[in-house]
Amino acid sequence: QKNGVSNGTLYKKTFIEHFEQAPMYVAVFTVVGFAVGTIFGYLRDFMRAWGLEKRNIAEEREQQKDFVPLYQDFENFYTRNLYMRIRDNWNRPICSVPGPQFDLMERVTDDYNWTFRFTGRTIKNVINMGSYNYLGFAETDVNALKTVTIELEKYGTGVCSTRQEMGTLDKHVELEKLVATFLGVEDSMVFGMGFATNSMNIPALVGKGCLILSDELNHTSLVLGARLSGATIRIFKHNNMQSLEKLLRDAIIYGQPRTHRAWRKIIILVEGIYSMEGSIVRLPEIVSLKNKYKAYLYLDEAHSIGAVGATGRGVVEYFGMSPDDVDVLMGTFTKSFGAAGGYIAGKKGLVDFLRTHSHSAVYATSMCPPVAEQIIRAMKCLMGLDGTTQGLQRVRQLEKNTRYFRRKLHEMGFIIYGNDDSPVVPLLLYMPGKIGAFARRMLERNIGVVVVGFPATPITESRARFCVSAAHTREMLDTVLNALDELGDFLQLKYSRYSKSSHPELYEETRLELED
Amino acid sequence: MDVKSTKNFVFWLFCQFELITCSYLMEPWEKVLFYSFNLSMVGMLFYTTYVCVAAQLSPALQFLWHLLGNQQENAVSAVK
Repeated sequence: QKNGVSNGTLYKKTFIEHFEQAPMYVAVFTVVGFAVGTIFGYLRDFMRAWGLEKRNIAEEREQQKDFVPLYQDFENFYTRNLYMRIRDNWNRPICSVPGPQFDLMERVTDDYNWTFRFTGRTIKNVINMGSYNYLGFAETDVNALKTVTIELEKYGTGVCSTRQEMGTLDKHVELEKLVATFLGVEDSMVFGMGFATNSMNIPALVGKGCLILSDELNHTSLVLGARLSGATIRIFKHNNMQSLEKLLRDAIIYGQPRTHRAWRKIIILVEGIYSMEGSIVRLPEIVSLKNKYKAYLYLDEAHSIGAVGATGRGVVEYFGMSPDDVDVLMGTFTKSFGAAGGYIAGKKGLVDFLRTHSHSAVYATSMCPPVAEQIIRAMKCLMGLDGTTQGLQRVRQLEKNTRYFRRKLHEMGFIIYGNDDSPVVPLLLYMPGKIGAFARRMLERNIGVVVVGFPATPITESRARFCVSAAHTREMLDTVLNALDELGDFLQLKYSRYSKSSHPELYEETRLELED
Repeated sequence: MDVKSTKNFVFWLFCQFELITCSYLMEPWEKVLFYSFNLSMVGMLFYTTYVCVAAQLSPALQFLWHLLGNQQENAVSAVK
């Protein structure tokens, strides 16, 4: 008889996450790289201050030099000296739909990335490994967009009002009912912008005297909403249930800081899939903790709605739990539905409260009708209400692509973070010199990737983030994997110490040795 | 051609050096400055090694022969 897995009864399937640490020499080389960069940064700043080099940064006029300084030089040290050198890998303008392949505008720089100019040419059919297009609904197929075109001709594009004045259209009511049915909750409310959904609704739900327990790696929108609300914020270590439980116990035992009164409300802010790590939240454990200590749970499913779960209904379905376990279900339509906007769903009382008290509902313009129709058609496709199984096929295709991509990358020997089932795949690069080299060489091979460096990730763990999509075909993924293989050998990115077969064949060929 | 593969290998090693020390990102004049600094450091290291080792090596070797020589004499006298 085998020993049971810890918390074995809570998880219905195995939960495998990887956060492998690189060998020590990698950390040493990363620090060396940053040290050299910093020294040269000081040198360039010195030359700029003494007039030996032209100043390209913002500065005050001559007459204002004696005033209180407007621009603090040192704060932007990193931006000026390290980010500027590799700036050409970000903010690349695209000129087509961000589907599995897209067109880039070609950009060159004459003065080492301080200014850019467009040559006028476009780079066609670059494989897109950076857009959040998990189910492939970012498409321009005329048949698929038929209903959207009809609604565009019927309503136009602008709503010209807020939800509370004259901006509630019948499309919004239809969409809200559909979202509620999709998630299996009583009611929902949709907003025009995903970031604003978080930052404007958390202040409506909590206030002074409440406690917010937020994960270490939460998105800026959640952090902003928490800070705007005025509640006390405590951070627990990423996905670490012992840390969360300790904070909950301390909160209940000691109460508010000075007066030791009980907290008015304790709310836990977590995300479904964390976009920089690719890790999935430990939902069953959090729900059992919240039930034990009587706290509320706010789940931000921006990246997980549509992307995980057997029928694409997010982490709640992925873990086999019921949506009643989570108090506030929040998500965005930007990632899996090819539209823009966010929603908050839950009990009818909660949503009715938000309709009157949320800043976004009272002051922000509501979602525009063609976008609402795009979400309606995507959701109907996912639920199978349009009469085809296309939605389910997309979810299955995404699952297959994710598993294939992650498995191959592990076999090749790269360090990948995150859960085996998450479509967000961060590949660790570590050294600052390799960030620029990686992105540029991938673009030369016609593959567009997103690389992330310091403020968004810890300084020694820069990474390249791939977003697998259901619209990627096996050939596209194989092209990307071949390119990664070559580039990994050339740039020495295969840091993983766990064993893997050397160069496994990507195509299954039956070997027939025929004797003549 | 073995020469070509060696040349490729050396070039690849140089690329790794460039990536690790961020000299891949530098402008040409910065690279010149950085490489000249590195080469001067390495040159000084070799010079110091040569001087110190050469200065210390001859007395050390003399001491060693002396020890071995004594042993030989002792062994020879014991045999006798």
